[in-house]
Amino acid sequence: MLLKKLSESIGVSGNEGEIRKIIIDEIKDYVEEIKIDKIGNIVAFKKGKNNNKKIMVSTNIDELGLIVTEIGSTGLIKFKPVGDIDAKILPSKRVKIGEKNITGVIGAKPIHLQKPSERKNPIDRKSLYIDMGVKGKEEAERLVSIGDYIGIESEYIEFGDDLIKGKFLESRIGANILINLLKNELENDIYVVFSVMKNIGLRGIGPATFDINPDLSIFIEGISTTDYTGCNSLNSQVKLGKGPGISLYDKRNIYDRKLYNSINEITNNNNINIQNIVQSNYESSSSKTYTTLEGVPSTTISVPIRYMYSPSSVISLNDIVATENLLKEVINNIK
Amino acid sequence: MNSKELLIDLSNSISVSGCEDNASNIIEKAFKDHVDEIHKDKLGNLICVKKGNKNIKIMLAAHMDEIGLMAKDVDDNGFIRFTSVGGVDPRTLMSSEVLVHGKEELYGVVGTKAVHFQDNDEKNKSEEMDDLIIDIGFDKEKALKLVNVGDYISLKRNAIELQGNTLTGKAMDDKAGVSTMYECLLELEKLKHEADVYFVSTVQEEVGLRGATVSAYNINPDIGIAIDVGFGSTPELSNEDSIDLGKGPAITIGGNIHPKLRKKLVEVAKEYNIPFQYEVAPGVSGTDAWAMQITKAGVPCILISLPLRYMHTTVETIDMNDIKNAGKLIARFISIITTESLEELLCY
Repeated sequence: MLLKKLSESIGVSGNEGEIRKIIIDEIKDYVEEIKIDKIGNIVAFKKGKNNNKKIMVSTNIDELGLIVTEIGSTGLIKFKPVGDIDAKILPSKRVKIGEKNITGVIGAKPIHLQKPSERKNPIDRKSLYIDMGVKGKEEAERLVSIGDYIGIESEYIEFGDDLIKGKFLESRIGANILINLLKNELENDIYVVFSVMKNIGLRGIGPATFDINPDLSIFIEGISTTDYTGCNSLNSQVKLGKGPGISLYDKRNIYDRKLYNSINEITNNNNINIQNIVQSNYESSSSKTYTTLEGVPSTTISVPIRYMYSPSSVISLNDIVATENLLKEVINNIK
Repeated sequence: MNSKELLIDLSNSISVSGCEDNASNIIEKAFKDHVDEIHKDKLGNLICVKKGNKNIKIMLAAHMDEIGLMAKDVDDNGFIRFTSVGGVDPRTLMSSEVLVHGKEELYGVVGTKAVHFQDNDEKNKSEEMDDLIIDIGFDKEKALKLVNVGDYISLKRNAIELQGNTLTGKAMDDKAGVSTMYECLLELEKLKHEADVYFVSTVQEEVGLRGATVSAYNINPDIGIAIDVGFGSTPELSNEDSIDLGKGPAITIGGNIHPKLRKKLVEVAKEYNIPFQYEVAPGVSGTDAWAMQITKAGVPCILISLPLRYMHTTVETIDMNDIKNAGKLIARFISIITTESLEELLCY
């Protein structure tokens, strides 16, 4: 099952090899051209019935993770985060390290030994380490090396009312949607970019855009919901299960209104429910496309995600299907 | 079945304090061909007896209950609010997986707010139990049909092997103790022993040593031996607060422990070349031994601690060698307790 395969594979920002292989394998029979560019993005070209507009559809494929910085004298592993990973989610988790996929655990100081004042503070990321069960440094060095990338282990699970849980689904859902898109016959030619290193500064998409020089850019990603208890609903208007989000405004993007209106018309014609997005503390990758070259009209279409940036992120199957339909209709009908 | 297989089965089973049947059934199945009697008492403690030939009773106690959670409320959004059963640090629950034991077994996650939605105050403090939610993926109406206040919630984790002979999973505290009792039982089959040995898998230790209190009262043993876990050394713990994985079971010294019995235990370890280390507990030992010692007119106790890292998380990590050595040590100790040696040993 495609989303399960994507969700459980590891591809931390700057080390996307494993996920790249999987994606190339999935799309190679459905595209005319495919290449890996100079910084690791997958760039593919699929011929459609027409080539009125040069459309670029992209997503990112890298996820948050960790990297080995030190192998301690007792064989415990010190690490740094890759991307802005919240240290609060790290305790009591299993990880996989390096090419050999060695399992380790990130533990926590036993509750019995903590003073009440200590428990009020979030766990300090620098005090965390990974335990592989080895007896010393030498044994550890036979298994892992400094610079090895570390992925967080998390199983793909279907639960509740058509919901899915997986790790960092914001980094996998776009690939799922674009792979499925490519399996259709389309009205327009499209360039599809599976970009890298979004989590360490939206790095991949800019060079790909420059290379393609598109007339229109559509970026597919996950967007954080606030439809759970304890959230400030003003941070995000998006709810799970109510359809894809279309961005109007975020931290570094003012989205082209004419483009938004064209897309909105298409959603009305096809009875697709969308949610408008205005989020001031989030920056979508479209910021790297719309001010590049001489300016590229851009839109971000997002799938709502609960608990984004965590190993237990949650998404709705219905939203995935709705987003796939929307994307197909937009590509086939956009003027 | 060997003690590692038993430990993995037990670790994967669900037995939150007060609801220990799943573990009890597994233990009964493993022990039944090796013991003379098995019964459950009124609180659910499982008592397996291997008879000796004299009128001496030695009670082993390892708890089969594990920490977990319990549903307190289903809120307007369909999320479950909960409390802990036993000592659960909410900081270890962030983004973790659970099973809600409602009308059916329901998968759930403990949701976490994305970091860009946290204001500075939130970033700088940790969440409390009442701040957390469990998402089972249903709206309020559907959730209320499936979940009631008081439903048990267990932490979800399957045990696996790490490097060497280490295992990691949930509830090694104290299923490792139960596995040690099993290891001891297998060793005892090769030895002679005068005492009747009561292998007690106790209930409700995590909420206040309740099973041990009741079972010790019923059995009223001559010697009580508690087997629980101790803090495995890791960088943030001081040497005096921790014991080392792989260096053998820890023999506890302190008020809860009968000094002559303890010294004899050390002698036995040295005589049979069984690796061991010391654990110092001047006051409360935090184990079933604390309850056993003051039962009725008093019970002389010893406590064996298995080194365990990351206690009370779902990544508790233990070395199987320590379990094997603990089992051997206790079996040897039991075999030297005779009607002659007992009186001398218990005399102050």
